[in-house]
Amino acid sequence: MATYLQVQIPERLIDENGSRVDGRRPDELRPIKMEVGVLDKADGSAYLEQGKNKILVAVYGPREAHPKHIAITDRANIRCRYHMAPFSTEERRSPAPSRRDMELSKVIREALEPSILSQLYPRTTLDIFIEILQSDGGTRCAGITAASLALANAGIPLKEMVAACASGKVGGQLVLDLSDPEDKYGQADLPVALMLNSESITLIQMDGSLTQQEFNTCLEMSIKACKTINQMQKEALKRKYLPIEKVIEKETAEEEQ
Amino acid sequence: MSLTPHLPPLAKIEQKTLVDLIAGGKRLDERSATDYREMKIEVGVIDKAEGSAQVHLGKTKIMVGVKVDAGEPFLDTPDQGVLTVNAELVPLASPEFEPGPPGENAIELARVVDRGIRESGAIDIKKLCVIPGKKVYVIFVDVYVLDHDGNLIDAAAIAAFAALLNAKIRKYELSGETVTFTSEYEPLPIQNYPSTITTVKIGNSLIIDPSLGEENVAEARLTVTVDKDDKICAMQKGGLGTFTRKEVETTVANAIAKSGEIRQKILEAANR
Repeated sequence: MATYLQVQIPERLIDENGSRVDGRRPDELRPIKMEVGVLDKADGSAYLEQGKNKILVAVYGPREAHPKHIAITDRANIRCRYHMAPFSTEERRSPAPSRRDMELSKVIREALEPSILSQLYPRTTLDIFIEILQSDGGTRCAGITAASLALANAGIPLKEMVAACASGKVGGQLVLDLSDPEDKYGQADLPVALMLNSESITLIQMDGSLTQQEFNTCLEMSIKACKTINQMQKEALKRKYLPIEKVIEKETAEEEQ
Repeated sequence: MSLTPHLPPLAKIEQKTLVDLIAGGKRLDERSATDYREMKIEVGVIDKAEGSAQVHLGKTKIMVGVKVDAGEPFLDTPDQGVLTVNAELVPLASPEFEPGPPGENAIELARVVDRGIRESGAIDIKKLCVIPGKKVYVIFVDVYVLDHDGNLIDAAAIAAFAALLNAKIRKYELSGETVTFTSEYEPLPIQNYPSTITTVKIGNSLIIDPSLGEENVAEARLTVTVDKDDKICAMQKGGLGTFTRKEVETTVANAIAKSGEIRQKILEAANR
């Protein structure tokens, strides 16, 4: 395997014009595509592309808690599974959950829970399944953004949607939305998830090395990006529901005539 | 798969007392918001381990053992030694802990401790390479929680770093491609001194080093690891609540201010 896989380390992550490996400016997001209601059987679903990331999320529930002992008397139990497909990375991943997957499942659940009015569905479970079909850095953030859309698509009452975006430091430059090579060979990665209206940070993690000043700047960049992504989420929902609303309006108008 | 935790039953009156007290700027054990509980760090507590430490943080008790072996490096880092951190929430430490493979809390604990050590560059991992791509030192850090009275992350991070400062590795002789490890030891090459500080949010108050009772009523926690140059090298938020941006910035500033004191205590205990 060692001889088969070719690991290509980029020579430099920022060129003399300040451009990044994929030609982006430091504060530029990758192209993002979102779509809701992509799966037939799930109660809610969403598909998201961000750069080369391809992420599919399904939401099932609220449904009967099984096994029963996981039921919580005053709220829904939220179950979250973050999983990477075996073919999603350069080297094949074992489909068994890794320690990383388990940690990410936990932090993603904790990032989404503050937005969900789970007290409305006591003794039930709400399942969130996040599948990373192709990974290109920043999958936990993209997964949160997509999962929040899937929850909205499932009709789960939310305080508001959660949007997430990482920032960090690459080649000495503070940048937004790190791609895979930037994450691997950069100096810091700071994923942040935000509920925009209440200005609440629901996820924050960091690894690498940042001064306090750099950290504050990165946090500001991430929050700003979350606002942009939140707008895209709303537009994705409108794309799904505005045509339906028009059909309903038309039908109601016809009935009235 | 990660599930919403069942919170331990907590008498409502006890919960209210704690929340009211903290809102008034006080704590049950009369500490200030930025005080740690009494901390005791001992190193070299396990002779069979290459490095070890035991930390008491109030009533929380954690032991860390460092074992060293030789093995192959990872494909993408052929010139670096291997660091592995594992944590066990031993069933004797709490009525909430059960025997079995590590759950998400144990895994998160291990990974947060790992990140603090790895990202600060605490170990000069390139010096742990013997033959690039073939033979390197493998460092196992095993965190053993013995008594859980809150703030396992900081106690584990302190114990893990103290154990690494205490650790020694065998010297080796190289003849061609053949490695012979001798019976002479040298200290593990350490080049940075991380300090991990956990803050929880209760109501609108931010308090450092939560006890178990405080953890149980906290909305969210934020762990910050600071290196010897006051740079932030790892962070982890946990819990079902949220932080405002201002609270995050305050927590980071408090952690930086506090890190020197904790680092000093570890270095003193390890005679470094």
